[in-house]
Amino acid sequence: MYCVHCGRPDAEGEHPGCRGPRAALEPPRFCPDCARRMVVQVTPVGWSARCSRHGDTTSAARTG
Amino acid sequence: MTAAADERTHDSAPADDVLAVAREQVLERGVGLTEQQVLEVLRLADDRLDDLLALAHEVRMRWCGPEVEVEGIISLKTGGCPEDCHFCSQSGRFPTPVRSAWLDIPGLVEAARQTALTGATEFCIVAAVRGPDARLLSQVRDGIKAIRESGNDIQIACSLGMLTQEQVDELVAMGVHRYNHNLETARSHFPNVVTTHSWEERWDTLRMVREAGMEVCSGGILGMGETAEQRAEFAVQLAELDPHEVPMNFLIPQPGTPYEAYEPIEGREALKLVGAFRLALPRTMLRFAGGRELTLGDLGAEKGMLGGVNAIIVGNYLTNLGRPAQRDLDMLADLKMPIKALSDTL
Ligand code: SF4
Repeated sequence: MYCVHCGRPDAEGEHPGCRGPRAALEPPRFCPDCARRMVVQVTPVGWSARCSRHGDTTSAARTG
Repeated sequence: MTAAADERTHDSAPADDVLAVAREQVLERGVGLTEQQVLEVLRLADDRLDDLLALAHEVRMRWCGPEVEVEGIISLKTGGCPEDCHFCSQSGRFPTPVRSAWLDIPGLVEAARQTALTGATEFCIVAAVRGPDARLLSQVRDGIKAIRESGNDIQIACSLGMLTQEQVDELVAMGVHRYNHNLETARSHFPNVVTTHSWEERWDTLRMVREAGMEVCSGGILGMGETAEQRAEFAVQLAELDPHEVPMNFLIPQPGTPYEAYEPIEGREALKLVGAFRLALPRTMLRFAGGRELTLGDLGAEKGMLGGVNAIIVGNYLTNLGRPAQRDLDMLADLKMPIKALSDTL
């Protein structure tokens, strides 16, 4: 699995910038399955992100 | 009480104390602070912060009233911008993780609907461009028409970069009532922040917008390496512009941009800026925009609302997330601050 904020493997390194308060204000930018950069649309109440390989995900899906 | 403590209290402040001067000049007469006075406010000791915010709140209540204008924003065209604003994750010149995206018309209509549901009276359509081309203007035109056809009468603002006179006229014809174009920072600091266009070019767009009868919205971002002097300079340059609205953003350092490693402004400093800007701009709508979540947190946001701010962006921003809109609406209810109704804006 890959970090959605920097695209590096989740288990690799510390990811200090990806787990702080700033990252909490960022939608995912990288696909967790393949680390491709996603096309992200932020809306007033959520976000949607599209990976060219793994398709769409939305904030609604993430929060259940 | 010691002499020093006594000097700090409002009632016994010396006559040349900048807050005492502001009380007479700004609160009583509605005349904004000068650059030197703003600088003095920014240099007040931290233990004067509460006095400053209390005065700024009185000024806001006196000259603007108790209502709070609520706005939602949407990015119609994200990323890939040719400009090099060093704070911006949407510049195509920096290795940021933001990819280009276009929102379609149904998506725009839905965003306007979501915004109206919060009670917001303003919906701002934003595009990451130097200035709009025919395709973008056509998308905006179709989008506004579709929003209206959906039965949504929310006020529509746009932020599409630098404009020609012809484009200004087109936006007026589309029914856009307010145009946002931030001066971003003090004129003297701007060349350190942006090299692909000038502060004066931005000013020219704002001048045309005003002359065409649209409301002018222009603010900027604090925490981009500007000095206290430049913050005071910026406040007074905004006052000279005399916009309807000033959005205050605090830098969220964006990965991949030249400002990625900048430290966010500290909360007390941000609140001091809020108070100082209110005293420089007594009659202007002062809006909390991006970065308040990181800089101020929940408690600081309340202090800002009680320290001169009278407008907020609710929900998410263009590429960053905000706190849930309901949390801000609850905050306003707790503070007993009425949300400006659409009927008041028409
Ligand atoms: S013009 Fe706007 S979108 Fe483009 S880089 Fe500057 S701030 Fe970002």
